[in-house]
Amino acid sequence: MQQEVRNRKRKDLIFALAGLFSLVFAICTLLVLVLDLWTTGFGRIDYNFLTSFPSRFPAKAGILSAWVGSLCVMLVTAFVAIPIGIAAGVYLEEYAPKNWLTTIIELNITNLAGIPSITFGLMALGLFVYKLQLGQSILTAGLTLALLILPIIIVTTRESIRAIPGTIREAAYAMGASKWQMIQHHLLPYSAGGIITGVIISLSRAIGETAPLITIGALTFIAFLPTSPILHEAPFISFQWLKDSFTVLPIQMFNWVSRPQAEFHVNAAATGLILLLLTLVMNGIAIAIRYRFRKKIKW
Amino acid sequence: MVEVNPNLQLRAEVKNLSFSYSTEKKVLNSVSMPIYDTKVTALIGPSGCGKTTLLRCFNRMHDLYKVKEYQGEITLYPEQMNILSKDIDPIEVRMRIGMVFQKPNPFPKTIFENVVYGLRVRGVKKTSFIQERCEKALQQAGLWDEVKDRLNSSAQMLSGGQQQRLCIARALATEPEVLLLDEPTSALDPISTAHVEELIIELKKDVTIVIVTHNLHQAARVSDYTAFMYLGDLIEYGPTTKIFTNPADKRTESYITGRFG
Repeated sequence: MQQEVRNRKRKDLIFALAGLFSLVFAICTLLVLVLDLWTTGFGRIDYNFLTSFPSRFPAKAGILSAWVGSLCVMLVTAFVAIPIGIAAGVYLEEYAPKNWLTTIIELNITNLAGIPSITFGLMALGLFVYKLQLGQSILTAGLTLALLILPIIIVTTRESIRAIPGTIREAAYAMGASKWQMIQHHLLPYSAGGIITGVIISLSRAIGETAPLITIGALTFIAFLPTSPILHEAPFISFQWLKDSFTVLPIQMFNWVSRPQAEFHVNAAATGLILLLLTLVMNGIAIAIRYRFRKKIKW
Repeated sequence: MVEVNPNLQLRAEVKNLSFSYSTEKKVLNSVSMPIYDTKVTALIGPSGCGKTTLLRCFNRMHDLYKVKEYQGEITLYPEQMNILSKDIDPIEVRMRIGMVFQKPNPFPKTIFENVVYGLRVRGVKKTSFIQERCEKALQQAGLWDEVKDRLNSSAQMLSGGQQQRLCIARALATEPEVLLLDEPTSALDPISTAHVEELIIELKKDVTIVIVTHNLHQAARVSDYTAFMYLGDLIEYGPTTKIFTNPADKRTESYITGRFG
């Protein structure tokens, strides 16, 4: 009897140790990576680095066009992917008839979330650049990344909506609410935490994407900013920036890494650090939002 | 066949109502019974007898799920409208017939927003009217004194019994003609249960109530009329005192004396 219990507890211990080892391994790898970037790149980050264009001289080069480009592309991506993704998720969960066609669509959306991102780049090159003649522009890049993260947003929207208990829907309907009222007053507000979390995490994935943007022809050396969206004379706003060529942080980084001079590698590390920091901040915001909503609503 | 008492005013009448979730088995088998105005009608019977299914026909709750066929009628008086008719929108029915569920299901909103939700749905804008109704409904539900100082705190902070009374207030705020209660006390402790039962007796002055209950004592305490159902059939319907003291059917007698159920 005692022997048997001891045996089982030993297995417990073995599994716990194996788990601990895996965890330490994963965290150490990450730490080494971050530390390496930090020691190499941190000293390079200063005001000038953030406000200068890339240059032939490593000491003068900066990431101004890259972070502005990243920001513009993310704006387009968010603007396109968020409304479409949420609407598609709500439709699939609440309106779509439950039949084989819906099942096929659902399966394929889940599959799309796992497709290599370069495939999206190829598709965008054919569709946006050649067919629709949108050029190798911020608009094309934003649309490409929007397509890339659309499945993630759809899936998280559906999951967040599904987590709302059926009794809440019935309560709303029993009060005489129409379907849209039920969705607008209940499903969307109660699932907002989950949806926003999903959106931010998908955007933080998009901000680090390189392959599809290189495929559509993003430039690696850009020494100008996109056209200002604000004009000094009527009509005061301009969308010309959508058609401008661009670069983004990971592409700038890639460009510097492929240079032979060691000074450029330092620049790359500094860019990587900034990218990492951005992702970290975005994920932090996502966690904070999720925590706040969880505290407010419990089923 | 159930005789309709001509001395009482009808609020609704179920006529030969049959219903099934799937094609094979009928859950309700040609049920007919009257629902008298400002009386409490209790539906009793063992699990799976169809009492909740019958209750959910009254506000067309079944319409939310895969297409279901109702056979027969539920006529709503005084205008004698068949609420199961395909021409009648379920939303219209639900605006006239309120429902309280087995498990308290307040919205994760403030107490105030819960109570006035029915008015919001109907597009009522006048603040003074909304506030008036909120207070009245909470008074009717016996919750006003406990929550009047914290109408803007979350409904999820309330205890289970308070939440259920909040759900009753929410249903009452739109002044429904019929109130459906689906085992409203099954998730509550004895004290909250007593509270809700007092409330039901108080409420029947103004509103017609149909209550499903597993608790026979509860049916005996709060209802005026009782319908005993078994395997989808309405076995016996009559005044509660008669059903509980002198049932006509052998099965009713076995059930209320606790020989099965």
